Amino acid sequence: MPYTADKPPLPETPEQLRARIPGWGADLDPADRPSYPREVQGLETGAHWDLPEQQEERQPRERSIEHARLTPAFGTSVPLKGLSGVVRSYAYRRFSEGRAAHWLLLIAADRVDAVESHLTSFTTRRPDNPVTETGVLAEASHHPVRSRAGRVDPRHQVLDPVIVVGPWVLAAVVVYRSVRAMVRRART
Amino acid sequence: MRAMVYRGPYKIRVEEKDVPRIEHSNDAIVRVTTAAICGSDLHLYHGLMPDTRVGSTFGHEFVGVVHEIGPSVRSLSVGDRVMVPFNIYCGTCFFCARGLYSNCHNVNPNATAVGGIYGYSHTTGGYDGAQAEYVRVPFADVGPAIVPDWMDEEDAVLCTDALATGYFGAQLADITEGDVVVVFGAGPVGLFAARSAWLMGAGRVIVVDHLDERLEMARTFAYAETVNFTQHKDVVVEMKRMTGWLGADRVIDAVGAEADGNLLQHVTSAKLKLQGGSPIALNWAIDSARKGGTVSVMGAYGPIFSAVKFGDAMNKGLTLRMNQAPVKRQWPRLFEHMRSGYLKPNDIVTHRIPLEHIAEGYHIFSAKLDGCIKPLVVPDAS
Ligand SMILES: NC(=O)c1ccc[n+]([C@@H]2O[C@H](COP(=O)([O-])OP(=O)(O)OC[C@H]3O[C@@H](n4cnc5c(N)ncnc54)[C@H](O)[C@@H]3O)[C@@H](O)[C@H]2O)c1
Ligand SMILES: [Zn+2]
Ligand SMILES: [Zn+2]
Repeated sequence: MPYTADKPPLPETPEQLRARIPGWGADLDPADRPSYPREVQGLETGAHWDLPEQQEERQPRERSIEHARLTPAFGTSVPLKGLSGVVRSYAYRRFSEGRAAHWLLLIAADRVDAVESHLTSFTTRRPDNPVTETGVLAEASHHPVRSRAGRVDPRHQVLDPVIVVGPWVLAAVVVYRSVRAMVRRART
Repeated sequence: MRAMVYRGPYKIRVEEKDVPRIEHSNDAIVRVTTAAICGSDLHLYHGLMPDTRVGSTFGHEFVGVVHEIGPSVRSLSVGDRVMVPFNIYCGTCFFCARGLYSNCHNVNPNATAVGGIYGYSHTTGGYDGAQAEYVRVPFADVGPAIVPDWMDEEDAVLCTDALATGYFGAQLADITEGDVVVVFGAGPVGLFAARSAWLMGAGRVIVVDHLDERLEMARTFAYAETVNFTQHKDVVVEMKRMTGWLGADRVIDAVGAEADGNLLQHVTSAKLKLQGGSPIALNWAIDSARKGGTVSVMGAYGPIFSAVKFGDAMNKGLTLRMNQAPVKRQWPRLFEHMRSGYLKPNDIVTHRIPLEHIAEGYHIFSAKLDGCIKPLVVPDAS
C-alpha cells in the first residue's frame, strides 16, 4: 500500500468521529484558527504606549550583549552575588548567546551557586536539609514501588540520590579529613 | 509572605520572603489563589536550565486576586480576579506587534533568544514566580485577563499554560481533515494537544508514553489510541506499522528536554547536562513522520546544543514548527470551546498540594509517583 498513491484508509468516518468526540472538527478551517497566520499585525493587546517606560535600575543589571540596551522591564529576583556572581557576570559580559562558553559558564555558575548557598546556609538558623528539601519523605505514602512498575526511568532514577547526596558525602569526607589532619598537626 | 524557594538541583523549600513591590508603573501585585507545577518546572528543578539561581521562586501558571496596581494600570483594579498567561510581554515591541507574544523583546535583558516567563530562571528574565502567596505581574494591562464568571478556578489555571500550549501545538502541526496525528508525551501538554487535534479534524490520534496511568488518560480524556514505548523494541517501526508504513502526517513533541527511552541520551543531557536537552522524543518524532509531513515541537529544550537528527528532517522534507505558546491569543477560542462543552481542562488534575508541602509535590510529580499527571499548588493564605 505505501507504494501506491492511495492514503491508507482511516478506521472511522468523519460522521463517526463527530458522534464520538466532543467538538470534532470545530476548528476544521486552518485559516480560522487563533494562531493563523503566525504573524498578524493590529491585534489589540491593551498596551497604551509605543515604547514602554523604563523600569528603574536600582543595581547594575547584567544583560546579554545581543541586546542594544537594558530592556524596559526586567526581573529582580536574585541579584548577582559571590563567586557564582563573578562567573555569571563574566559569561554575560564576554560571550554572546551564540557562544557555547556563555551557557556552559552559566551552568557551571549554577553548580557553584548551589555549593556556596549550602555552605552559607550552615551559618544561618536554617541550614539546608537534603532530606526535607528533596521531598523524598513523600515516597512512603505515595506508592513508590507500584508507581514505578513497567517504566523506563527507574533505571536512571537511581542516579538522582547520587547527584543529590554525592556532593554532601564528598564534602563530609573532605571536612573529616582536613579536621583529622589539623588535629594530628596540633598534636605533634 | 510564604514562597517556594529553589535551593539547588532537586532541592526546594518554603521560606518567608518580602511581598513583591511595584517596580514599574504598569506592574500589578497579584495574590495567588491557585498555581500549578508544570513539566517545564522540572527542567529548573533538575538544574538543566542555565542561570537558575538559588533563592528564586518558580511558578508560571496561576490565578489570583489583584492586590496592588502601579500608577499607569488602567484595565485592572484591586480585588479583580485574574488569570495570567505564563508569558511576560510588553504588547508593542516588533514581536508583540506581530502577535508573537512569547517572543517579546522588551522584558528579558538576559537573553534575546527567549521572551519573558514568570519564575523561570534568569535566562527568561529573572522574574520570581507564582508558587508563592504574592507575585509581581509586569505589564498588567497586557497579560492578565479577568476570569470570566462562568469559569472554574482550576480550569482558569490550566488555561494559563498547559491547555493553551497543547492547543497551540496542535495548530502548529498544520492538521487538516483526516490527518494521522502522533503525539509523543502524555503529560498535560500532550493530552491537551491530542484532544485539540480532534478539534482540527484529525482522522486518527495516537499518543506515545511509558506511564500507564497517563496512557489511560490519553484514551479516556483525549479519545486517543495509545502506545507504550517500553512494549516495543523500536517505537519508530511500530509507528510505521501503525500508519501503513508511510509514517504519520503530523507529529507533536510534547516531551522535551528530559525525554526517556535511550539511557545514553537521557543521562548525557538530564543528568550530566552535556546537552541542552535529551532529543529522544524529537528524534522519534522526526523518524515517525511521513515524508513531507510536519513536526510540531512543544517540548522545551535548553539553549545548549542537542543531538537532533536534522539530516533525516531535511531528507524527508519535513516542516518543523515550534515556539513557546503565545497564550493569550488562544483564549477567546478556547473559552468558546469550554463553554460549548468540548473541553473540560481540570479533568486531568490529579493532585492539589498546599504550598507548605511543595517539596513533596515536586518529588511526586518529578518521579511520577501516585499516578500524578497535573499537580496544582494552593497557597495557605487563600
Ligand atoms: N512550548 C510551550 O509553550 C510549552 C509550555 C508548557 C510546557 N512546555 C514543555 O512541554 C513539555 C511537556 O510538558 P508537560 O507539563 O506535559 O510535562 P510532563 O513532564 O508532565 O510530561 C512529559 C511526558 O513525556 C513522557 N516521555 C518521556 N520520554 C518520552 C519519550 N521518549 N516518548 C514519549 N513520551 C515520553 C513522560 O513519561 C511524561 O509523561 C515539557 O518539555 C515542557 O517544558 C512547553
Ligand atoms: Zn508551564
Ligand atoms: Zn513585546
